[in-house]
Amino acid sequence: MKKQNTFIVGLAVLVAVSVAFWLMLVAPMYTGNEINMTRGVSSLSREHYSLHMIILWVCAVIGILVFTAMFTSIVLHRKSKGHEPAQFSHSTKAEIVWTIIPVLILIAMAIPATSALVKMETPTGAEMTVKVTGFQWKWKYEYLEDEVGFVSTLAADSNAARQLGSGIDPTSVDNYLLAVDKPLVLPVGRKIKFLITADDVIHAWWVPAFGWKRDAVPGFINEAWVRIDEPGTYRGQCAELCGKDHGFMPIVVEAVEEDEYVAWVESQTVAHVAATEEAQRAWDFDELMDRGESVYASQCATCHQDDGQGLAPAFPALAGSTVATGPLEEHIRVVLEGREGTAMQAFGDLLTPSDIAAALTYTRNAFGNETGDVVQPSDIAGINKG
Amino acid sequence: MSSITGDDVTIGHDEAHAHDDHDHKPEGFLARWVFTTNHKDIGTLYLVFALLMFFIGGSMAMVIRAELFMPGLQLVEPDFFNQMTTMHALIMVFGAVMPAWVGFANWMIPLMVGAPDMALPRMNNWSFWILPFAFTMLLSTLFMDSGGPAAGWTLYPPLSLQTGDSFAFVVFAVHMMGISSIMGAINIIATIMNMRAPGMTLLRMPLFVWTWLITAYLLIAVMPVLAGAVTMLLTDHFFGTSFFNAAGGGDPVMFQHIFWFFGHPEVYIMILPAFGVVSEILPTFSRKPLFGYAAMVYATASIAFLSFIVWAHHMFTVGMPLEGELFFMYATMLIAVPTGVKVFNWVSTMWKGSMTFETPMLFSIGFVVLFTIGGLSGLMLAISASDLQYHDTYFVVAHFHYVLVPGAVFTLMAGAYYWLPKWSGNMYSERWGKIHFWLSTISVNVLFFPQHYLGLAGMPRRIPDYAPQFADFNMWSSLGGFAFGLSQLIFVGVVIHCVFFSKQKATAQVWEGAKGLEWTVPSPAPHHTFTTPPKVTAGMVAHADDH
Ligand code: HEM
Ligand SMILES: [Cu+2]
Ligand SMILES: [Cu+2]
Repeated sequence: MKKQNTFIVGLAVLVAVSVAFWLMLVAPMYTGNEINMTRGVSSLSREHYSLHMIILWVCAVIGILVFTAMFTSIVLHRKSKGHEPAQFSHSTKAEIVWTIIPVLILIAMAIPATSALVKMETPTGAEMTVKVTGFQWKWKYEYLEDEVGFVSTLAADSNAARQLGSGIDPTSVDNYLLAVDKPLVLPVGRKIKFLITADDVIHAWWVPAFGWKRDAVPGFINEAWVRIDEPGTYRGQCAELCGKDHGFMPIVVEAVEEDEYVAWVESQTVAHVAATEEAQRAWDFDELMDRGESVYASQCATCHQDDGQGLAPAFPALAGSTVATGPLEEHIRVVLEGREGTAMQAFGDLLTPSDIAAALTYTRNAFGNETGDVVQPSDIAGINKG
Repeated sequence: MSSITGDDVTIGHDEAHAHDDHDHKPEGFLARWVFTTNHKDIGTLYLVFALLMFFIGGSMAMVIRAELFMPGLQLVEPDFFNQMTTMHALIMVFGAVMPAWVGFANWMIPLMVGAPDMALPRMNNWSFWILPFAFTMLLSTLFMDSGGPAAGWTLYPPLSLQTGDSFAFVVFAVHMMGISSIMGAINIIATIMNMRAPGMTLLRMPLFVWTWLITAYLLIAVMPVLAGAVTMLLTDHFFGTSFFNAAGGGDPVMFQHIFWFFGHPEVYIMILPAFGVVSEILPTFSRKPLFGYAAMVYATASIAFLSFIVWAHHMFTVGMPLEGELFFMYATMLIAVPTGVKVFNWVSTMWKGSMTFETPMLFSIGFVVLFTIGGLSGLMLAISASDLQYHDTYFVVAHFHYVLVPGAVFTLMAGAYYWLPKWSGNMYSERWGKIHFWLSTISVNVLFFPQHYLGLAGMPRRIPDYAPQFADFNMWSSLGGFAFGLSQLIFVGVVIHCVFFSKQKATAQVWEGAKGLEWTVPSPAPHHTFTTPPKVTAGMVAHADDH
């Protein structure tokens, strides 16, 4: 009689607890929001997804059992129902059972977890290599087998909308905060190795569809790999706090078919050659100011602001600054080499000599800085070597 | 009972004037509170301080949740947002949870082991009074030109080295907190080891005493490690060393190893005393001895040991060798075993008891359920391959808040309701206590559960703004956050009412099922207790003696 009572209440509680778990783990899906890890588009991401689902269900079942026992007790063993307290205080048998069973579950879990990790850590046999370098707050990509490389930053419309009190509705911006000016273009089907590092502070490169993130640590090179199965656009973000604009350095990968990729590399190589030639000719003032204005907007304005007034105390004003109006060579060095211990980074590896020359010409002649100086790409290249 | 209320006290007192003052409380505010060496008064100071810090750290959380209420930046600049997340965590960890546990230790350990006071009363005073200075200094950095620390409570270099001159104050504040914690820990160990009443053998000690004893060893082991780590940051920042600067031959990842060698035991420093409190409260309100007392002690000790060898599970994405990642994954998974033993033992304690559901019991049951959820998500995080997805997302934020808020904070509340009648001599309002519990429990889940979805769907942590696809759950989370924050004001009301206005006097026993030495002294507990040690016999403590 008593036994049966416990059993029936237990069953009812089991149903109730299971419904609660369903409400927490499954039902929110029907709000139309994504609530689970992506399956992604690579063998690694699918493996990490299925590990996640296994361990999630193992945890759910353990949770359901524990809570069922507990709430059954709460329903039955109340003083208000006149339940007399038992006085037992241990049971060696029970304690051995609930030590051994979790150990067995964990061993069972460890097997697939180990094999997934081994796969992840085997970047051998790669068919191409991309070097990824994190900067505050942008990503630089270099295709090591080709003469291709560029810097990728937050798209201009997102950047305008994300300013404090911009008045621009984020939902009106395409892929708000997840769009960039230049996406990383990659071929599907090839095993691609990434060499990941950083220039200033630690960042982390994360595209959820690839199934992993990896820290970008200054002075160290980390490896990771992916073989993308399907063409498409895959978006991610920096995943390690890297300063004020950590939330604003997204990653966009454009995965394309092999032939499309080859054509894209071709076009980039042509552009690269053009850039080299451009660095060797002499530019006129208006041309430099024009280019400088756009380089300034994308590279410098996040800190020094559009009007060159900076943001005290961390980000000094360029308007009237002793550097931007002082001797040219020192100005060039600060921009090329950065200022250690501050957010001012070394742009020498980040921008082409033409871009730097343009940005310098612009800052020396805008915001009321009337030096009249015209900085040529060759001036920059000269100092960069020295 | 006259032998234990201590009518003729002699320790550390000027006896000339105090003879007929029954309680022997020092007169005057300064003497009573600033120069105090009394464990009860120092305990009260710690608890009040911790509550204040809880509200300061909590307001910062409100700023964070308000900014995250919807996409776009509406309220604060990103850099200030980062200062808020960093300060929120530092204040909550070092200012609220840790001092609150030391406050409980001060009040309860001497009462539980039958000692007249802490072993080192003057040091006790000092270890408390360092804290207001440390936190004033830490908070003052928010008003300095270079702003407060904004690199996260983990202070990873090189980013933390970009903090301006205020960084020196942050490091010094951390040093002071460390000194305070170490002194507190030494005092607790000395008290437990030397001042137990006759008959209070180690394996008769209440679990709260056991868990604090083990916690105190963890503190002594890891606070110096943290102090070393921040000192190296200090010299890297100001004196040109390169401990963590790769360009100078240093290693930024080394900092993370050192930090987490401190940091993982630190999370157990915050939760082991919670295990102890729950192990006191569940037997009381189940009217049944704690199940598996000895197993609980050994599980606590194994958790403490394992906590030293799992630190790099916070660093699975940092680029460790495969063997290292495997080791830290297996070791972390192993922690789930003793943790499971604890949960099973709590449920077995309730099983076939005769339960009533006063506020302390409600908070303890809430703890068992919600801490288990946090423990299970911890087990998920231990799987290093899938952690490559979870790491540094809102999933992790949800995990550690489940173990810290309905984990540590709920047990602090449970303990406060449980012992408040003993401290104040009055009963609190059970009705408002229950309202506090239900509002907290509902709102804390609305606040943190959706963060699991956000993290899995790809939202990184420590960002001030997010893509619109994350908007719905962030809004829920913020609403839950505001509700949780407001609900905590009820607690303040309940405490003030209980201490100053409640007409309902507490008995010595307070709770029908309560066992243990603290319930043998009158309520409120007199200023001096156990000046003649009590004799402890089997059956006087909250667990059976027959393990
Ligand atoms: C079953 C027990 C537990 C396991 C297996 C576990 C596992 C983990 C793992 C693997 C992480 C790293 C996640 C990542 O960053 O990718 C983590 C983070 C964290 N855990 Fe736990 N955990 C457990 C219990 C606890 C407890 C009891 C506390 C504190 C009371 C706690 C507090 C934290 C905190 C504060 C973090 C985040 C630290 C940060 O990155 O800022 N955990 N946990
Ligand atoms: Cu970042
Ligand atoms: Cu840990």
